[in-house]
Amino acid sequence: MKKLKSSLTNMALVLTIIAVVAGAVLASINAMTAPQIEKINADNLAAGIKKVMGSDDINVAEPQEKTATIAGKEKTFTVYNVTDKQGQNLGCAVKTSENGFGGELQVLVGFDPTGTILGYTILQHAETPGLGAKAGLWFQPENGEKRTVVGKNPGQCNFTVSKDGGDIDAITASTITSRAFLQAIQNAYDEIIVKPTDGTTGATEQSK
Amino acid sequence: MSNFKILMNGIVKENPTFVLLLGMCPTLGTTSSAINGLSMGIATMFVLILSNLIISLIKNLVPDMVRIPSYIVVIASLVTVLQMLMQAYVPGIYATLGLFIPLIVVNCIILGRAEAFAAKNNPVASIFDGIGIGLGFTMALTLLGLVREFLGTGVIFKSDDFGIPGLTLQGEQFGMLMFVLAPGAFIALGYLIAIVNKIRKA
Repeated sequence: MKKLKSSLTNMALVLTIIAVVAGAVLASINAMTAPQIEKINADNLAAGIKKVMGSDDINVAEPQEKTATIAGKEKTFTVYNVTDKQGQNLGCAVKTSENGFGGELQVLVGFDPTGTILGYTILQHAETPGLGAKAGLWFQPENGEKRTVVGKNPGQCNFTVSKDGGDIDAITASTITSRAFLQAIQNAYDEIIVKPTDGTTGATEQSK
Repeated sequence: MSNFKILMNGIVKENPTFVLLLGMCPTLGTTSSAINGLSMGIATMFVLILSNLIISLIKNLVPDMVRIPSYIVVIASLVTVLQMLMQAYVPGIYATLGLFIPLIVVNCIILGRAEAFAAKNNPVASIFDGIGIGLGFTMALTLLGLVREFLGTGVIFKSDDFGIPGLTLQGEQFGMLMFVLAPGAFIALGYLIAIVNKIRKA
Protein backbone atom coordinates (compact mmCIF):
# COMPACT_ATOMS: atom_id res chain seq x y z
CA MET A 1 0.00 0.00 0.00
CA LYS A 2 1.27 3.45 -0.91
CA LYS A 3 1.88 6.05 1.74
CA LEU A 4 -0.84 8.68 2.03
CA LYS A 5 0.03 12.12 0.66
CA SER A 6 0.43 15.03 3.06
CA SER A 7 -2.59 16.90 1.74
CA LEU A 8 -4.61 19.01 4.14
CA THR A 9 -7.65 16.72 4.05
CA ASN A 10 -5.53 13.61 4.58
CA MET A 11 -3.70 15.12 7.54
CA ALA A 12 -6.84 16.43 9.21
CA LEU A 13 -8.62 13.15 8.64
CA VAL A 14 -5.80 10.97 9.96
CA LEU A 15 -5.21 13.08 13.06
CA THR A 16 -8.94 13.13 13.83
CA ILE A 17 -9.26 9.38 13.44
CA ILE A 18 -6.20 8.70 15.62
CA ALA A 19 -7.44 11.08 18.32
CA VAL A 20 -10.93 9.55 18.31
CA VAL A 21 -9.63 5.99 18.46
CA ALA A 22 -7.17 6.86 21.25
CA GLY A 23 -9.95 8.63 23.17
CA ALA A 24 -12.26 5.65 22.84
CA VAL A 25 -9.60 3.20 23.98
CA LEU A 26 -8.70 5.34 26.99
CA ALA A 27 -12.34 5.84 27.94
CA SER A 28 -13.05 2.11 27.87
CA ILE A 29 -9.91 1.22 29.86
CA ASN A 30 -10.79 3.93 32.35
CA ALA A 31 -14.33 2.56 32.71
CA MET A 32 -12.82 -0.86 33.28
CA THR A 33 -10.23 0.14 35.88
CA ALA A 34 -11.90 3.04 37.72
CA PRO A 35 -14.05 0.89 40.09
CA GLN A 36 -11.03 -1.27 40.89
CA ILE A 37 -8.82 1.77 41.62
CA GLU A 38 -11.53 3.29 43.77
CA LYS A 39 -11.89 0.03 45.67
CA ILE A 40 -8.12 -0.13 46.28
CA ASN A 41 -8.09 3.45 47.56
CA ALA A 42 -11.06 2.80 49.86
CA ASP A 43 -9.48 -0.44 51.11
CA ASN A 44 -6.19 1.34 51.71
CA LEU A 45 -7.93 4.04 53.70
CA ALA A 46 -9.95 1.57 55.78
CA ALA A 47 -6.85 -0.55 56.42
CA GLY A 48 -4.89 2.63 57.13
CA ILE A 49 -7.37 3.79 59.78
CA LYS A 50 -7.22 0.38 61.49
CA LYS A 51 -3.44 0.44 61.33
CA VAL A 52 -2.98 3.94 62.73
CA MET A 53 -5.50 3.37 65.52
CA GLY A 54 -3.76 0.13 66.42
CA SER A 55 -6.97 -1.87 66.61
CA ASP A 56 -9.22 -3.88 64.31
CA ASP A 57 -12.39 -3.67 66.40
CA ILE A 58 -13.36 -0.14 65.66
CA ASN A 59 -16.27 1.87 64.34
CA VAL A 60 -15.30 4.68 62.07
CA ALA A 61 -17.64 7.66 61.91
CA GLU A 62 -18.42 9.50 58.69
CA PRO A 63 -15.47 11.64 57.63
CA GLN A 64 -15.56 15.34 58.40
CA GLU A 65 -13.67 17.93 56.45
CA LYS A 66 -12.00 20.80 58.19
CA THR A 67 -10.07 23.61 56.58
CA ALA A 68 -7.63 25.96 58.23
CA THR A 69 -5.19 28.58 57.05
CA ILE A 70 -1.66 27.77 58.17
CA ALA A 71 1.23 30.05 57.24
CA GLY A 72 -0.91 31.70 54.59
CA LYS A 73 -1.91 28.45 52.93
CA GLU A 74 -5.26 26.76 53.10
CA LYS A 75 -5.04 23.21 54.40
CA THR A 76 -7.77 20.63 54.40
CA PHE A 77 -7.93 17.94 57.06
CA THR A 78 -10.21 14.95 56.91
CA VAL A 79 -11.12 13.68 60.35
CA TYR A 80 -12.40 10.17 61.05
CA ASN A 81 -13.62 9.88 64.61
CA VAL A 82 -13.10 6.40 65.91
CA THR A 83 -14.87 4.52 68.69
CA ASP A 84 -14.56 0.93 69.85
CA LYS A 85 -17.47 -1.50 69.63
CA GLN A 86 -18.77 -0.38 73.02
CA GLY A 87 -18.96 3.19 71.78
CA GLN A 88 -16.03 4.44 73.80
CA ASN A 89 -14.05 7.25 72.21
CA LEU A 90 -10.66 6.06 70.99
CA GLY A 91 -9.59 9.29 69.38
CA CYS A 92 -9.45 10.06 65.71
CA ALA A 93 -7.56 9.42 62.50
CA VAL A 94 -6.67 12.55 60.56
CA LYS A 95 -5.72 12.81 56.92
CA THR A 96 -3.26 15.65 56.59
CA SER A 97 -0.85 16.80 53.94
CA GLU A 98 2.21 18.95 53.40
CA ASN A 99 4.51 19.65 50.48
CA GLY A 100 7.42 17.24 50.64
CA PHE A 101 10.48 17.06 48.42
CA GLY A 102 8.75 15.84 45.29
CA GLY A 103 5.16 16.95 45.78
CA GLU A 104 2.26 16.45 48.11
CA LEU A 105 2.94 14.15 51.04
CA GLN A 106 -0.31 12.77 52.39
CA VAL A 107 -0.21 11.28 55.88
CA LEU A 108 -2.91 9.50 57.85
CA VAL A 109 -2.17 9.83 61.54
CA GLY A 110 -4.04 8.38 64.51
CA PHE A 111 -4.37 10.35 67.75
CA ASP A 112 -5.77 9.14 71.04
CA PRO A 113 -8.12 11.63 72.81
CA THR A 114 -5.17 13.38 74.50
CA GLY A 115 -3.29 13.86 71.24
CA THR A 116 -0.68 11.12 71.64
CA ILE A 117 0.15 9.55 68.30
CA LEU A 118 -1.07 5.96 68.02
CA GLY A 119 0.28 5.29 64.56
CA TYR A 120 0.68 6.68 61.08
CA THR A 121 0.76 5.65 57.47
CA ILE A 122 1.68 7.42 54.25
CA LEU A 123 -1.30 7.51 51.90
CA GLN A 124 0.27 9.22 48.94
CA HIS A 125 3.65 10.67 48.14
CA ALA A 126 6.00 11.65 45.34
CA GLU A 127 9.26 11.43 47.27
CA THR A 128 12.53 10.10 45.87
CA PRO A 129 12.51 6.28 45.71
CA GLY A 130 15.08 4.87 48.12
CA LEU A 131 15.30 8.11 50.12
CA GLY A 132 12.27 10.16 51.11
CA ALA A 133 9.99 7.32 50.07
CA LYS A 134 11.21 5.45 53.16
CA ALA A 135 9.07 7.71 55.36
CA GLY A 136 6.42 4.97 55.54
CA LEU A 137 8.78 2.74 57.52
CA TRP A 138 11.32 5.10 59.05
CA PHE A 139 9.17 6.62 61.78
CA GLN A 140 7.56 3.35 62.89
CA PRO A 141 8.05 2.31 66.54
CA GLU A 142 10.21 -0.77 65.83
CA ASN A 143 13.04 1.54 64.78
CA GLY A 144 13.61 2.80 68.29
CA GLU A 145 12.79 5.79 70.41
CA LYS A 146 14.96 8.27 68.50
CA ARG A 147 13.24 7.72 65.19
CA THR A 148 9.64 6.94 65.92
CA VAL A 149 6.78 9.39 66.23
CA VAL A 150 4.43 6.77 67.66
CA GLY A 151 3.75 7.25 71.34
CA LYS A 152 4.83 10.88 71.23
CA ASN A 153 2.58 13.84 71.76
CA PRO A 154 3.35 16.81 69.49
CA GLY A 155 2.22 19.15 72.26
CA GLN A 156 4.56 17.69 74.88
CA CYS A 157 7.82 17.16 73.05
CA ASN A 158 9.99 18.98 70.62
CA PHE A 159 8.30 17.73 67.50
CA THR A 160 10.92 18.59 64.89
CA VAL A 161 13.93 16.83 63.37
CA SER A 162 17.10 16.69 65.46
CA LYS A 163 18.89 18.92 62.93
CA ASP A 164 16.43 21.68 63.94
CA GLY A 165 16.90 20.93 67.62
CA GLY A 166 14.02 18.49 67.89
CA ASP A 167 13.56 15.03 69.36
CA ILE A 168 13.21 12.99 66.18
CA ASP A 169 15.94 11.71 63.88
CA ALA A 170 15.29 12.63 60.26
CA ILE A 171 15.49 10.09 57.44
CA THR A 172 19.11 9.90 56.28
CA ALA A 173 19.58 12.33 53.37
CA SER A 174 15.88 13.26 53.38
CA THR A 175 15.60 16.08 55.85
CA ILE A 176 13.09 17.94 53.69
CA THR A 177 10.77 14.96 53.54
CA SER A 178 11.14 14.44 57.28
CA ARG A 179 10.35 18.09 58.03
CA ALA A 180 7.27 17.96 55.82
CA PHE A 181 6.14 14.75 57.46
CA LEU A 182 6.47 16.13 60.99
CA GLN A 183 4.89 19.43 59.95
CA ALA A 184 1.87 17.58 58.52
CA ILE A 185 1.34 15.81 61.84
CA GLN A 186 1.97 18.98 63.84
CA ASN A 187 -0.63 20.84 61.78
CA ALA A 188 -3.16 18.08 62.31
CA TYR A 189 -2.47 18.18 66.04
CA ASP A 190 -2.75 21.96 66.25
CA GLU A 191 -5.93 22.18 64.22
CA ILE A 192 -7.83 19.08 65.27
CA ILE A 193 -6.70 18.25 68.81
CA VAL A 194 -5.78 21.59 70.33
CA LYS A 195 -8.22 24.04 68.74
CA PRO A 196 -11.59 24.12 70.50
CA THR A 197 -13.98 22.22 68.37
CA ASP A 198 -17.10 23.73 66.87
CA GLY A 199 -19.21 20.77 67.86
CA THR A 200 -19.12 19.05 64.50
CA THR A 201 -15.46 18.11 64.22
CA GLY A 202 -12.67 17.26 66.57
CA ALA A 203 -11.37 14.40 68.60
CA THR A 204 -12.70 15.56 71.92
CA GLU A 205 -16.26 15.15 70.84
CA GLN A 206 -17.88 12.16 72.45
CA SER A 207 -19.38 9.82 69.89
CA LYS A 208 -22.77 8.31 70.18
CA MET B 1 18.15 -8.93 8.88
CA SER B 2 16.77 -11.94 10.71
CA ASN B 3 14.54 -11.46 13.71
CA PHE B 4 17.14 -12.90 16.04
CA LYS B 5 19.68 -10.40 14.77
CA ILE B 6 17.21 -7.57 15.35
CA LEU B 7 16.74 -8.82 18.90
CA MET B 8 20.46 -8.98 19.66
CA ASN B 9 20.99 -5.65 17.93
CA GLY B 10 18.85 -3.94 20.57
CA ILE B 11 20.54 -5.69 23.46
CA VAL B 12 24.18 -5.33 22.43
CA LYS B 13 25.00 -3.33 19.32
CA GLU B 14 22.47 -0.58 19.80
CA ASN B 15 21.91 -0.82 23.52
CA PRO B 16 19.79 2.28 24.21
CA THR B 17 21.54 3.25 27.42
CA PHE B 18 25.17 2.30 26.87
CA VAL B 19 25.50 2.87 23.12
CA LEU B 20 22.72 5.14 21.85
CA LEU B 21 22.70 7.14 25.10
CA LEU B 22 18.95 7.65 24.80
CA GLY B 23 16.47 7.97 27.65
CA MET B 24 18.98 9.27 30.17
CA CYS B 25 16.32 10.92 32.37
CA PRO B 26 14.57 7.72 33.53
CA THR B 27 17.94 5.94 33.52
CA LEU B 28 19.42 8.32 36.06
CA GLY B 29 16.20 8.95 37.96
CA THR B 30 14.83 5.47 38.62
CA THR B 31 17.94 3.41 39.23
CA SER B 32 18.40 4.06 42.94
CA SER B 33 17.91 0.32 43.41
CA ALA B 34 18.05 -2.76 41.20
CA ILE B 35 14.36 -3.56 41.63
CA ASN B 36 13.32 -0.02 40.70
CA GLY B 37 15.48 -0.15 37.58
CA LEU B 38 14.08 -3.54 36.64
CA SER B 39 10.45 -2.46 37.05
CA MET B 40 11.03 0.72 35.05
CA GLY B 41 12.72 -1.29 32.29
CA ILE B 42 9.82 -3.73 32.07
CA ALA B 43 7.23 -0.93 32.01
CA THR B 44 9.15 0.81 29.23
CA MET B 45 9.51 -2.45 27.30
CA PHE B 46 5.74 -2.98 27.41
CA VAL B 47 5.09 0.44 25.89
CA LEU B 48 7.92 0.04 23.38
CA ILE B 49 6.72 -3.30 22.01
CA LEU B 50 3.12 -2.11 21.59
CA SER B 51 4.05 1.28 20.18
CA ASN B 52 6.42 -0.33 17.66
CA LEU B 53 3.69 -2.77 16.63
CA ILE B 54 0.95 -0.16 16.26
CA ILE B 55 3.15 2.35 14.49
CA SER B 56 4.44 -0.18 11.99
CA LEU B 57 0.81 -1.19 11.30
CA ILE B 58 -0.38 2.37 10.67
CA LYS B 59 2.81 3.73 9.07
CA ASN B 60 1.32 3.90 5.56
CA LEU B 61 -1.90 5.51 6.73
CA VAL B 62 -0.14 8.43 8.38
CA PRO B 63 0.96 11.29 6.09
CA ASP B 64 4.58 12.28 6.63
CA MET B 65 3.92 15.80 7.84
CA VAL B 66 1.74 14.71 10.77
CA ARG B 67 3.62 11.55 11.70
CA ILE B 68 5.24 12.94 14.87
CA PRO B 69 1.97 14.12 16.47
CA SER B 70 0.29 10.85 15.46
CA TYR B 71 3.06 8.76 17.00
CA ILE B 72 2.98 10.84 20.17
CA VAL B 73 -0.76 10.30 20.53
CA VAL B 74 -0.28 6.54 20.13
CA ILE B 75 2.56 6.46 22.68
CA ALA B 76 0.81 8.71 25.19
CA SER B 77 -2.35 6.59 24.99
CA LEU B 78 -0.37 3.42 25.59
CA VAL B 79 1.37 4.93 28.61
CA THR B 80 -1.94 6.11 30.06
CA VAL B 81 -3.42 2.64 29.56
CA LEU B 82 -0.39 1.14 31.30
CA GLN B 83 -0.71 3.61 34.16
CA MET B 84 -4.40 2.82 34.72
CA LEU B 85 -3.83 -0.93 34.51
CA MET B 86 -0.92 -0.80 36.97
CA GLN B 87 -2.85 1.38 39.39
CA ALA B 88 -5.75 -1.06 39.33
CA TYR B 89 -4.00 -4.42 39.35
CA VAL B 90 -0.46 -3.99 40.70
CA PRO B 91 -0.80 -1.11 43.20
CA GLY B 92 2.49 -2.11 44.88
CA ILE B 93 4.62 -1.48 41.80
CA TYR B 94 2.54 1.56 40.94
CA ALA B 95 3.28 3.05 44.35
CA THR B 96 7.02 2.64 43.74
CA LEU B 97 7.14 3.88 40.17
CA GLY B 98 4.07 6.15 40.11
CA LEU B 99 6.09 9.27 39.51
CA PHE B 100 8.06 7.82 36.61
CA ILE B 101 5.33 6.07 34.63
CA PRO B 102 3.97 9.23 32.91
CA LEU B 103 7.55 10.11 32.01
CA ILE B 104 7.70 7.10 29.69
CA VAL B 105 5.82 9.27 27.15
CA VAL B 106 8.78 11.59 26.78
CA ASN B 107 11.35 8.79 26.79
CA CYS B 108 13.14 9.40 23.51
CA ILE B 109 13.90 5.71 23.05
CA ILE B 110 10.27 5.05 22.24
CA LEU B 111 9.82 7.86 19.72
CA GLY B 112 13.32 7.17 18.45
CA ARG B 113 12.54 3.52 17.69
CA ALA B 114 9.19 4.51 16.16
CA GLU B 115 10.99 6.85 13.76
CA ALA B 116 14.11 4.82 13.12
CA PHE B 117 12.67 1.33 12.97
CA ALA B 118 8.93 0.83 13.19
CA ALA B 119 8.13 3.42 10.51
CA LYS B 120 10.31 1.55 8.01
CA ASN B 121 9.84 -2.11 8.86
CA ASN B 122 7.09 -4.73 9.01
CA PRO B 123 5.11 -5.41 12.22
CA VAL B 124 6.90 -8.67 13.14
CA ALA B 125 10.37 -7.15 12.84
CA SER B 126 9.13 -4.13 14.80
CA ILE B 127 7.96 -6.33 17.66
CA PHE B 128 11.38 -7.98 17.78
CA ASP B 129 13.05 -4.59 17.75
CA GLY B 130 10.79 -3.53 20.65
CA ILE B 131 11.70 -6.65 22.63
CA GLY B 132 15.41 -6.24 21.88
CA ILE B 133 15.65 -2.56 22.72
CA GLY B 134 13.36 -3.09 25.72
CA LEU B 135 15.53 -5.91 27.06
CA GLY B 136 18.65 -3.86 26.44
CA PHE B 137 17.14 -0.96 28.37
CA THR B 138 15.91 -3.22 31.19
CA MET B 139 19.27 -4.90 31.55
CA ALA B 140 21.14 -1.60 31.54
CA LEU B 141 18.81 -0.11 34.17
CA THR B 142 19.02 -3.19 36.37
CA LEU B 143 22.81 -3.24 36.12
CA LEU B 144 23.08 0.45 36.95
CA GLY B 145 20.59 0.06 39.82
CA LEU B 146 22.55 -2.93 41.09
CA VAL B 147 25.86 -1.06 41.12
CA ARG B 148 24.36 2.00 42.78
CA GLU B 149 22.43 0.01 45.36
CA PHE B 150 25.49 -2.08 46.20
CA LEU B 151 27.82 0.88 46.58
CA GLY B 152 25.21 3.04 48.25
CA THR B 153 23.69 0.63 50.76
CA GLY B 154 25.66 -2.63 50.63
CA VAL B 155 22.51 -4.64 49.90
CA ILE B 156 21.20 -5.69 46.50
CA PHE B 157 17.71 -6.48 45.20
CA LYS B 158 16.07 -5.10 48.31
CA SER B 159 12.53 -3.81 47.99
CA ASP B 160 10.41 -2.60 50.86
CA ASP B 161 7.32 -2.43 48.66
CA PHE B 162 7.46 -6.11 47.78
CA GLY B 163 8.90 -7.15 51.15
CA ILE B 164 12.05 -8.61 49.59
CA PRO B 165 14.88 -8.50 52.12
CA GLY B 166 17.62 -8.52 49.47
CA LEU B 167 21.14 -9.90 49.58
CA THR B 168 23.59 -8.31 51.95
CA LEU B 169 27.01 -8.29 50.34
CA GLN B 170 28.82 -5.94 52.64
CA GLY B 171 28.11 -4.27 55.94
CA GLU B 172 25.48 -1.55 55.63
CA GLN B 173 27.75 0.81 57.52
CA PHE B 174 30.08 0.91 54.49
CA GLY B 175 27.34 2.23 52.20
CA MET B 176 28.30 5.37 50.35
CA LEU B 177 25.09 7.33 50.33
CA MET B 178 26.25 9.45 47.40
CA PHE B 179 25.68 6.54 45.02
CA VAL B 180 21.98 6.45 45.80
CA LEU B 181 21.76 10.19 45.18
CA ALA B 182 21.93 11.93 41.80
CA PRO B 183 25.73 12.48 41.60
CA GLY B 184 26.31 8.76 42.12
CA ALA B 185 24.01 8.06 39.18
CA PHE B 186 26.19 10.10 36.84
CA ILE B 187 29.43 8.62 38.16
CA ALA B 188 28.21 5.02 38.03
CA LEU B 189 26.70 5.51 34.57
CA GLY B 190 29.93 7.04 33.24
CA TYR B 191 32.04 4.12 34.45
CA LEU B 192 29.54 1.55 33.21
CA ILE B 193 29.45 3.11 29.72
CA ALA B 194 33.25 3.08 29.62
CA ILE B 195 33.46 -0.55 30.73
CA VAL B 196 30.69 -1.76 28.40
CA ASN B 197 32.21 0.02 25.40
CA LYS B 198 35.64 -1.40 26.18
CA ILE B 199 34.19 -4.93 26.29
CA ARG B 200 32.07 -4.33 23.19
CA LYS B 201 35.01 -3.19 21.09
CA ALA B 202 37.36 -5.89 22.29
